[in-house]
Amino acid sequence: MDPVIRVENVTYSYPDSDRPALDGVTLDVARGSFVAVLGSNGSGKSTFAKHLNAILLPAAGRVLVDELDTAKEDDLLAIRRRVGMVFQNPDNQIVANVVEDDVAFAPENMGVEPAEIRRRVDGALKQVGMYDFRLHAPHLLSGGQKQRVAIAGVLAMEPEVLVLDEPTAMLDPKGRREVVSTVEALCRDRGITVILITHHMDEAARADRVIVMDRGRVALDGTPAEVFPQADRLRALDLTVPETTDLILRLNAAGMALPTGALTVEACAAAIGEALA
Amino acid sequence: MKNIEVRGLTHVYSRGTPFEKTAIDSLDLAIQAGMTVGLIGHTGSGKSTLISHLNALLKPTAGTVLLDGEDIFASKAAIRAARFRVGVVFQYPEYQLFEETVFADIAYGPKNLKLDKSEIDRRVRQAAAFVGLDEGYFDRSPLELSGGQKRRTAIAGVLAMEPELLVLDEPTAGLDPAGRADLLEKLFAWKRARNATVLLVTHDMTIAGLCDRLVVMEAGRIVLDGTPAEVFAQSGKLLSIGLDLPPAAHIARLLREKGLDVPAGIYTEDQLYEAVLALWQGKGGVPC
Repeated sequence: MDPVIRVENVTYSYPDSDRPALDGVTLDVARGSFVAVLGSNGSGKSTFAKHLNAILLPAAGRVLVDELDTAKEDDLLAIRRRVGMVFQNPDNQIVANVVEDDVAFAPENMGVEPAEIRRRVDGALKQVGMYDFRLHAPHLLSGGQKQRVAIAGVLAMEPEVLVLDEPTAMLDPKGRREVVSTVEALCRDRGITVILITHHMDEAARADRVIVMDRGRVALDGTPAEVFPQADRLRALDLTVPETTDLILRLNAAGMALPTGALTVEACAAAIGEALA
Repeated sequence: MKNIEVRGLTHVYSRGTPFEKTAIDSLDLAIQAGMTVGLIGHTGSGKSTLISHLNALLKPTAGTVLLDGEDIFASKAAIRAARFRVGVVFQYPEYQLFEETVFADIAYGPKNLKLDKSEIDRRVRQAAAFVGLDEGYFDRSPLELSGGQKRRTAIAGVLAMEPELLVLDEPTAGLDPAGRADLLEKLFAWKRARNATVLLVTHDMTIAGLCDRLVVMEAGRIVLDGTPAEVFAQSGKLLSIGLDLPPAAHIARLLREKGLDVPAGIYTEDQLYEAVLALWQGKGGVPC
C-alpha cells in the first residue's frame, strides 16, 4: 500500500474533558482510496478528521501527510494544500456572492496566476456538475448544490485528499445522492483520496473501506462486506445495521445461504432472486 | 370530528414580481384527531409552506385552515388561539434557543399563555421529562449543552405548550442513529400519553413507515395519500418524483421485476422476511 496519510498512535483530549477524544489511533490511508468513517456521537470521528489537515494537533503520536508531519509549522501550508476539508453546513463555508468567485477564493489566496485560477475554477465546477451555475448567487442554490460548490472550492486547491465531515447531514435524499455520487466520482475517476465521515450506512456501503470508531479508538476496520455483517458488534456500538444486511442475516439464520456482502438494495434483490430462481 | 382541515389553500410568494412562485396550489387536507400523519416530498415541494399555515405564521393567498371547523384566520383572537393549539417544531430548532437558562427557554411559551407559576413549573418539568432532559440542566445556559440536548430543549419548549396538534419538521435531522431512535420513541410516547395529533415532515422513509397515514407532496399539491402500505405500493410513482423507498419496499419492487410473487404493499423488513421465506419454502427450502 502507498499510504497518503499515516496516523501513528495519536491521542488527543479536549480541555475540560475527563477522557481522551482520540485514544491511541493508528492507521494508514491508501492513496486513491475511498474510506468511510462511522461512529456514534462522541466516538471521535470529527476529532480524527480535524487531525488530518492540522486543524488539531496530536497531544501524543503523529500524523503524516505525504511524509509531512502536521505538528511542524513549516509544513502547515503544504499540508493544507494537500488535504481539503468540507463540513456539515454549506452555509458556513461559502464566502462569496457569486459561485465562481467562491471557488476562486482559495487559489487566489495561494497566489496562483489568474489564467491558472480560471482553468482550475472551470475544471473544479465541471467536476462537481455545477459549471452551468458559475454566475449564480450561492444563497439561491439548493443544499446539495451549495455543498457541491463547497467541494469545488476545495478541489480548486488541487488537493490529494478530500476529507468530508458529515457533508450530507443537512441535505434531503436528492441532495445526498448528488453529493455522494460526486465524491465517489472524484475518487474513481480523478484518483483523489476520499475520507467520508458519515452517519449514513448506505453512503459507507459505497466505500472501499469502513472504519468504525468508538470512544476514541478504531473498533472495526475492513471492507463494507466485512464490517456490516458484524451486526451484534455494530449494535453494541450504538450503530444501526443496514436493512439489507440484517435481512440477509435473518434469512440465513432461517436456513437460506445468501451472500452476506450484498449491501445495496440491488445486490440484495439479486442475491434473493438467484436463491429463489 | 376533524381536528384540522386545510381547504383550497394556495400560497404564492413574491406575487407580481419576476420571482413569483406558487408554493401551494389549491390544496385540500383533513386530518383526524389522534392520527400520526407523515408528510413527505422533496425540497421545494411545498411542505414547509403548508405547515407554516397550520399555526397562522403565513397567511393564505387563497383558501383557509379550519381548527374544529373554525377558521383560524377569522380574527386576531382566532390567530392567537391557533398558535397555542398548534405547536410547530421547525428544522434545527436548536438555533432558536435564546433564553439565559434551559428552564426559562422551555417556560417561554407557557409564560405567554399567562399560566400561573406552579402550572408553568409543572409543564416545564413534564416536557423536559418527556424528551429525556435531566432537571440538572435547568439552570445551565442552553449554549453549554450538546447538540442533542439543545434539540431536546427546543422540542420541550413546544411540548410545554401542550398543543393539540404537534407539527415536527425533520425532528431527527443530523442526529446519529441511536439519537434518532431515542428521540422518535420519546415523541411517540408523548403522542400516546396526550392523545395528540402529530404531523411529521420527514425524508426518512423508515420513519414514514411508522405513521398511520402518509401524504406525499409534489409541486405544491398532494399526489399520494393513504396508509404506508398503500403509498409504498406506488413505488414507481415515488421514484419518478425523486423520492426514496424504504429499503424493504425497494427490494420487494426489484424482486417483483424479476417475476417473483412478492406482494406490493410490503415496506418493512419483517414483512419482506416473511414473504421471502414463504417463497423459499414453496421451492422446497426447509427452515431450521
